[in-house]
Amino acid sequence: MIRFILLQNRQGKTRLAKYYVPLEDSEKHKVEYEVHRLVVNRDSKFTNFVEFRTHKVIYRRYAGLFFSLCVDITDNELAYLECIHLFVEILDHFFSNVCELDLVFNFHKVYLILDEFILAGELQETSKRAIIERMGELEKLE
Amino acid sequence: MASPSLMETLFQRGLDDIIKGVRHQQSSTESIFISRVIEEIRREIKSTDLQTKSTALQKLTYLNSIHFIDMSWASFHAIECISSPAFSHKKIGYLAISQSFSESTPVILLISNQLRKDLKSGNEFEVSLALDCLSRIGTVDLCRDLASEVFILMSSSKVFIRKKAIGVVLRLFEKYPDAVRVCFKKLVESLEGSDSPIVSAVVGVFCELSAKDPRSYLPLAPEFYRILVDSKNNWVLIKVLKIFVKLAPLEPRLAKRLVEPICDHMRKTGAKSLVFECIRTVVTSFTEYESAMKLAAAKIREFLMEDDPNLKYLGLHAISIMAPKHLWAVLENKDVVIQSLSDEDPNIKLESLRLVMAMASESNLMETCRVLVNYALKSDPDFCNEILGSILSTCCQNVYEVIIDFDWYVSLLGEMSRIPNCKKGEEIENQLIDIGMRVKDVRPELVRIARDLLIDPALLGNPFLHRLLSAAAWVCGEYVEFSRNPVELMEALLQPRTSLLPSSIRTVYMQSAFKILIFCMHSYFLQKEDMTSEVSDLASKRECSESSDLATGKALVQSDQDEGFNPRESNQSFEYPSVVDTGDGQSSTPTFMEKKSLMHESIVNLLNLMELVLSPLSGSLDVEIQERACNVLGFIELVQQEFSNPLIQKEANLDREEVIASRVVEWVHDGFTEELGPVSVTAQDRVPIPDELVLKENLTDLEAICGGVELPAPGSFSLTSPYYGESAVFSVSNLQAEEDSEPSTESTSLLTEHRKRHELYYLPSEKNKIPANDYPPANDPSSSINTNDATEDLVKLADQSLVSKRKPNHAKPRPVVVKLEEGEAAPVVSKKPELKDDLLSGAIHDILLGNEAKAASSQSNPFDKSSSKRKGKAKHVDLLDSKENLAVGEQPNHENPSSRRSKHRGDGKQKSKKSKGKKNGDGREDDGEKESQKIRDHHGRHKSRQRADAPINVVPQTPDIPDYLL
Repeated sequence: MIRFILLQNRQGKTRLAKYYVPLEDSEKHKVEYEVHRLVVNRDSKFTNFVEFRTHKVIYRRYAGLFFSLCVDITDNELAYLECIHLFVEILDHFFSNVCELDLVFNFHKVYLILDEFILAGELQETSKRAIIERMGELEKLE
Repeated sequence: MASPSLMETLFQRGLDDIIKGVRHQQSSTESIFISRVIEEIRREIKSTDLQTKSTALQKLTYLNSIHFIDMSWASFHAIECISSPAFSHKKIGYLAISQSFSESTPVILLISNQLRKDLKSGNEFEVSLALDCLSRIGTVDLCRDLASEVFILMSSSKVFIRKKAIGVVLRLFEKYPDAVRVCFKKLVESLEGSDSPIVSAVVGVFCELSAKDPRSYLPLAPEFYRILVDSKNNWVLIKVLKIFVKLAPLEPRLAKRLVEPICDHMRKTGAKSLVFECIRTVVTSFTEYESAMKLAAAKIREFLMEDDPNLKYLGLHAISIMAPKHLWAVLENKDVVIQSLSDEDPNIKLESLRLVMAMASESNLMETCRVLVNYALKSDPDFCNEILGSILSTCCQNVYEVIIDFDWYVSLLGEMSRIPNCKKGEEIENQLIDIGMRVKDVRPELVRIARDLLIDPALLGNPFLHRLLSAAAWVCGEYVEFSRNPVELMEALLQPRTSLLPSSIRTVYMQSAFKILIFCMHSYFLQKEDMTSEVSDLASKRECSESSDLATGKALVQSDQDEGFNPRESNQSFEYPSVVDTGDGQSSTPTFMEKKSLMHESIVNLLNLMELVLSPLSGSLDVEIQERACNVLGFIELVQQEFSNPLIQKEANLDREEVIASRVVEWVHDGFTEELGPVSVTAQDRVPIPDELVLKENLTDLEAICGGVELPAPGSFSLTSPYYGESAVFSVSNLQAEEDSEPSTESTSLLTEHRKRHELYYLPSEKNKIPANDYPPANDPSSSINTNDATEDLVKLADQSLVSKRKPNHAKPRPVVVKLEEGEAAPVVSKKPELKDDLLSGAIHDILLGNEAKAASSQSNPFDKSSSKRKGKAKHVDLLDSKENLAVGEQPNHENPSSRRSKHRGDGKQKSKKSKGKKNGDGREDDGEKESQKIRDHHGRHKSRQRADAPINVVPQTPDIPDYLL
């Protein structure tokens, strides 16, 4: 199960944070700080998995952005790595060539995409096309 | 529209403005800007215009999610937004709610109605928003109120809604386990088909559920098996494999069925994630299937050969899961493992370190450790300590079973503690003491190592090593008889830099120094006894040769006495230079020691040294240090008078003068040499309760004594004896009162009487309070048994040496390691299952298994029925018990189970009504029980026949159902 998903830039600024377990604000702050410290200095040749407290963080870096997923220790690392990539592809498709600023200015849309993608910490939809279609319909409603 | 709100709408800053604004601020002005924006939002959010309100809320949500601005104050406004008819407002409201609400949000109950409305909405997007929100913030109340709505959505015609509703079920079950009764059937039904997104969602839910309580889902194994075989979706397959990893240990027959399809996937699929999941499943759950293991090992090999560090890491990880049972897999990949030790990635290094240690055996341990310690010296501090830690933990496994040569290991410990980055002082401490106590033969070497550690003043500066030094000090004191030069040890223990140690460790130093002193004096007296019988001219020779030494010794004593024993004074004048003095004086001592002779003056010097160092400490603020210092000083004072007399006098009155001192030393020495072996944790239980000891009787005595005193206040603290069930409740105040009220003479007379009866358990009543020799040893009976057992264990261990079949030929035999027979691990504390899980699994049990039991019992004879009912009852009482333990508010009377039971019975009635049709038909109709039906479809065919044949004994309510996968 996914505990939380974080998008952070290299400076440690959080661009998106979604928690599937209840956490206090102060605790969230700490978590984000710790995760950033864990991933930011890792070489690109390193593994994409780091242990984090009693869980593990699967992260992937795209340009200056770190996408980090915190999952259970027995979860399948590779599957979640693919999952991050899928999410990025969806974002890229939706914003057509996504950049950090897109995520900043459309944070609410990113949350919507994420809700289509993951629900209650479980992956909901593995089809990129389905999610893009749904987002299109949602856009029309506005 | 009112004009002010129009104005607000026109001039309101949008989200983009805020984001831009924040981005343009310097970090110093950012917080000012934000607080101004918050002011603005507080104004706008009160607007009656929903557009203005929702925009303000959206801005606030942004600031909350990125800048951690508190938004709990706006929770009511968020609810206002979701009740807006406009979708865009709803969206903003729901985002704000799922971002900021928690169980403790006061207004959370207010959204119940709105959620229900949206869940029932015709607009699927609104339904979706409400479901998302519920999955995130659902509380017990919300889940209870909305369970039926979610249930309806689970059969929605829109796949997209159904999928989300299934996702929400997880939260529903977690918060409100009774929802299982409503939703579970639907959930199981949704497992049909194999590749729809629905199955993906359901499998995800079951994967989570089975992680908490796998047993309940065992009856669904056939469904999962079908998915495993049919599905093409890797994500689903991975999740199903995860479920099977949980189920396999519970049902041994599953493995046989599963191995083939899993291996199939492993061979065919191109997805690395699935391959890895298959490997992991095989190496964790199907270790006894040789062919599957071989295939997994081959796949792991492929992973290891990849350039991708992720795959390499996972490969190593998989091997380390295999290692305990299948060491060949590690040995096959030895080259890669060793190579990975110098990989850049810390994860890979760590994993390969684990594997290297897994390969360590009696035959190669020394070599492995040598290599690793050298490697540790070169690596970064963190990894260095990882290496040291894994060496330590590997070597101490099963009471040091891999170690043959303890001398080598002890010196390795010494070497490891000198590694600059070493932070493992505590572990090394434990092992040094442990080995010292267990392995007699290694003690001389141990003392030597400890001496080297103590003597090095540099080590005292490293706080991580302090614990280790305390162990070294203890070893030196305890086994001082193996030391080649006790005086040197004494100096090391009393060196000035010991002031750097924390007080608890300093006290160990002092105590050890005291032990050494006693040892020296004792051996001096022994020697003296021997010598007096021998020639007396030797003494005169000695006299002239050492007169110079004597002079200094005497001078020191003199000056000491001049100064008096006032610690304050000696503090300034005597603190440490004195050590140097005596050090000089003692420079010739090693030669004495080599000759194995202790001179009178060297004892005097020792006494002086101790006195000089410890007297300032008798004024220490730390009570432990102070007390020990005072004890030792008192002892020194006692013996010193005799020792410090002029030599000539000593010659004359040898027998009379030193006789008291020698007796005192004898006593203390006996006290110290009494060895305390390891004591088993269960030793206490094995001590039989003495016949005379009648607890109850004693308590009634107490009652009589305390009779006049009023009962203890309810809040007072009570002592309950856990062993005899008899609770001895008396309060402190009572005892106090008792002491006050009773005449002291009576209590003392009672005490003396008791003493007379149980003399054995009292310390001898000598004035000096020194424990005598006849004090009963703590574990005398057991220790004699232990050594025998230990040797037996050793033989066993030698037989089943792990890797190398050929026994390594060692120059020296492995020394005896003292071991207690029943293992020394602390008793395993059984983890209490959580209440929620219990309820949930109980509910699922009822649904999945209870139904079957009822269906079966409705067919079988009444005797059978009653027995199954009784079983069910027992289960419920269990459930209640755990509830009593955990929940406080619950009434612990036995009405509860019956009410619960009646509920179940109600359920059962419905079921049995339905299953009445089954009696007539062939057990094949039954719309209400699809899930159990389906299970039977798989395994029930022969079972139903079985039932028809022998209906009496079949009570299939426990999970031991005949083969699921038929």
